[in-house]
Amino acid sequence: MSTGILAFGAYVPRKRLQRSAVHAANAWFAPGLKGLAKGERAIGDWDEDSLTMAVEAARDTLAAFDRGQIDTVLLASTTFPFADRQNCGVVKEALNLPDRVATLDVGGSLRAATGALIQALRVTAGTNAAPQLCLASDLRKARPASEPELLYGDAAAGLLVGAGATIANYLGSYSISADFVDHYRATGSDFEYAWEARWVRDEGYNKLLVGALKDALQALGVAADAVNHLIIPINVRGIATSVARQAGFNPAVVVDTLADRLGDSGAAHPFVLLVSALEKAKPGEKIILVGFGQGVDVILFEATESLGQLAPRKGVTGSLALGKKDDNYMRWLFHRGVIDLEKGMRAEADYKQLAAPLWRQHKAVFGLVGGRCTRTGTVQFPKSDISVDTNDPARSTQEDYPLADRRARIVSYTADVLTYSPSPPFYYGLIDFHGGGRLKVEFADVEPGDLRVGREIEMVFRIKAVDERRGFKKYFWKAKPVAEES
Amino acid sequence: MASGIKDKVAILGMGCSNFGERWDKDAGDLMLEAFDEAIVDAGIDTTQIDAAWLGVAYDVVSVGSSGIPMSFALRLPNIGVTKVENYCASGTESFRGAVYAVASGAADIALAMGVEKLKDTGYAGLPFRTIGSTLDMIGVEGSGPGNFAQLATAYCSVHGVSAQDLKRAMAHVSVKSHANGAKNPKAHLRTPIDLDTVLNAPMIAEPLGLFDCCGVSDGAACAIVTTPEIARSLGKTDLVTVKALQIAMSNGWEMQQAGGWNGAYFHTARIAAAKAYKEAGVTKPAEQIGMTEVHDCFSVTELVTMEDLFLSQAGEAWRDVLDGMFDADGKVPCQLDGGLKCFGHPIGASGLRMIYENYLQLLGRAGGRQLHTSPSLALSHNIGGQPSENVCAVAIIGLSNA
Repeated sequence: MSTGILAFGAYVPRKRLQRSAVHAANAWFAPGLKGLAKGERAIGDWDEDSLTMAVEAARDTLAAFDRGQIDTVLLASTTFPFADRQNCGVVKEALNLPDRVATLDVGGSLRAATGALIQALRVTAGTNAAPQLCLASDLRKARPASEPELLYGDAAAGLLVGAGATIANYLGSYSISADFVDHYRATGSDFEYAWEARWVRDEGYNKLLVGALKDALQALGVAADAVNHLIIPINVRGIATSVARQAGFNPAVVVDTLADRLGDSGAAHPFVLLVSALEKAKPGEKIILVGFGQGVDVILFEATESLGQLAPRKGVTGSLALGKKDDNYMRWLFHRGVIDLEKGMRAEADYKQLAAPLWRQHKAVFGLVGGRCTRTGTVQFPKSDISVDTNDPARSTQEDYPLADRRARIVSYTADVLTYSPSPPFYYGLIDFHGGGRLKVEFADVEPGDLRVGREIEMVFRIKAVDERRGFKKYFWKAKPVAEES
Repeated sequence: MASGIKDKVAILGMGCSNFGERWDKDAGDLMLEAFDEAIVDAGIDTTQIDAAWLGVAYDVVSVGSSGIPMSFALRLPNIGVTKVENYCASGTESFRGAVYAVASGAADIALAMGVEKLKDTGYAGLPFRTIGSTLDMIGVEGSGPGNFAQLATAYCSVHGVSAQDLKRAMAHVSVKSHANGAKNPKAHLRTPIDLDTVLNAPMIAEPLGLFDCCGVSDGAACAIVTTPEIARSLGKTDLVTVKALQIAMSNGWEMQQAGGWNGAYFHTARIAAAKAYKEAGVTKPAEQIGMTEVHDCFSVTELVTMEDLFLSQAGEAWRDVLDGMFDADGKVPCQLDGGLKCFGHPIGASGLRMIYENYLQLLGRAGGRQLHTSPSLALSHNIGGQPSENVCAVAIIGLSNA
């Protein structure tokens, strides 16, 4: 039985911050960054973080897949919202997976995702083990007028790993570890500290990475010219092709790092680029995925005939196509908490989360699980002992009814400028799900004129509120207009 | 069905404070201002009151908990004071408590008070508060304007009315209320406005602009009620009696069942109105009800309420509004005192303030805004919550011989 990748998915937040807008604001202070001020980078909205993006990438990965089969979920990131509350556990709840799945956060390095992937591949290799869902997501902050501010991008991607109808077979991996500190971010710190680029290039990329790649080819028994797609997730201009050439590859096989359209998505970038490569790969083609960060991971895959049979999904290509240009640099700085604005008294509300009700209602809050009356078929949210159906208020007849992946239509809506919102106006309204169920919702990713009665919407997992006093984030589902043909 | 309370209870006296930004008064002062007027009107003294009800919606920032603040402020004779809260319908809820107490025979004379002190919060609009441990996680804490604005988006869609036509009809509602409020010395907002001012005002919650929204005010209103027999024994001749008093409450159908409620009306208001008309013996509301005071927290609320009270056909209220049917000189005048829009909206007081205006008009005591022909039946409509989940109170009072 072949083992490898069964499915992939990705999520890139909708907004594309124009680097020219960033530079226009900072050129007085950092004119030298002009060379990086081209193209655009993906930015999460105020209500997104690495956790919410991971949920969306997982949903894309699991399109048309029976979630009940999943054995393990691994989440890699360097920007987990919680240091001691398993982030992957929240993702598991949002995906409404059964409690018996194992979950694990993997962090600490930009190599976290490739490391997690290698473990999942090794555990399942040559076995009939149930699939493991590997997720990687990063939403990194950067200081204004810094290089990372221009180079980074926010994104997440997922890979379902296991035996069976693989779309890419796992042929082996090679790893080295070395405490090469090209940059670091201390625990609790928002921003990284990086060393001189010339030293990183010479000692890190040209020696450490090139050397590891050459050794990997030998260890894996594959010739450089047999590789069709080489993924080096390093967004410093020219490095990926230079490393490829030095290691004996034809630079033409280097996978586009999406520097101009997305940016460097940190721990997620190896997965993002692998998904991008799989979207273009043909059966029989070999793919090498590299992870770099205090060492090197090299993983070898071969695409299979099943690649063409994968159910439709957004992936990287689809997510990138949904991008909206954004040149509001100030708004982004505010949303990332880099600058503070006078929010007024209305923003003084206390968003304290009570732990007991959250646990009591966790299926409703995280999984958007409502109820369906087994007698009348009436669907409602949340579940209740007595059905809402006035024609038959049946008692104790409701079964779990997940609503997150069902589409709905708008019944009523408003754009409210009175209520505090980090992104005014505050859009909310009432929606009816196809197949039943009604919900009062906040809308996400809305622009003026987007909403109308009857418009089709889909649900997305987002931050509902932040309790800044106690450092807690509250998550719930919001409604997002489905993209329409223009 | 119960026989109802028609003509079992009479209003002995009423009072209402000035509404507005009462920076120099606290809630106790406002209650006393309303009470002083009512007790003189009733012709009794405080020791004759057997029981009292107090309606307040935002106790944390205004009055404090329990009925004690009123017992202190009015120095009531150690009688029971029941504090009630039912969103913006708290005023009518307190009236119901007092009326029921008298109707049951448990009390000879009872007091209903509503008060709110909103202007101490430091910002305009209603105070932010928790909506319950579950809804804080899965609900939406929007604003009043945002919640009620959705009536408009749904109304246009359901009835095929253009946004421009509805906006113009909503503007007419506000222009009319400002014209009425200008004649009311106790009103918070007393400046007449024109249509363009409404249409060009800044947006608060689409499609509601600034002048589609009522004022948020400090104020108090109260009623002293007794039996018709006791009222006559105390020398009252022109008696105003309670004809109907109905409250209907959402049970989740509007908010939770897909495909049911269409978002363009108040399910509860139609139920409460139908029950109230039956209790009062009203069969042709538009012919028999002489005037209304309705819960015009927003212009669109008043507009759809004309349909919910069966004064307009469903989908036609916007035309009736533009035709002037609810103007001061129209067929069924609405908000002769300026309504929530201009009299102001101290939440707990509003239901009683509406009954106060109806009471004055019935007795021909409304001064410069008095209808030429006093009505014999007057309706008040008090909504609390939001269109998808609310409490609706409908009270009809009238001359005892009507």
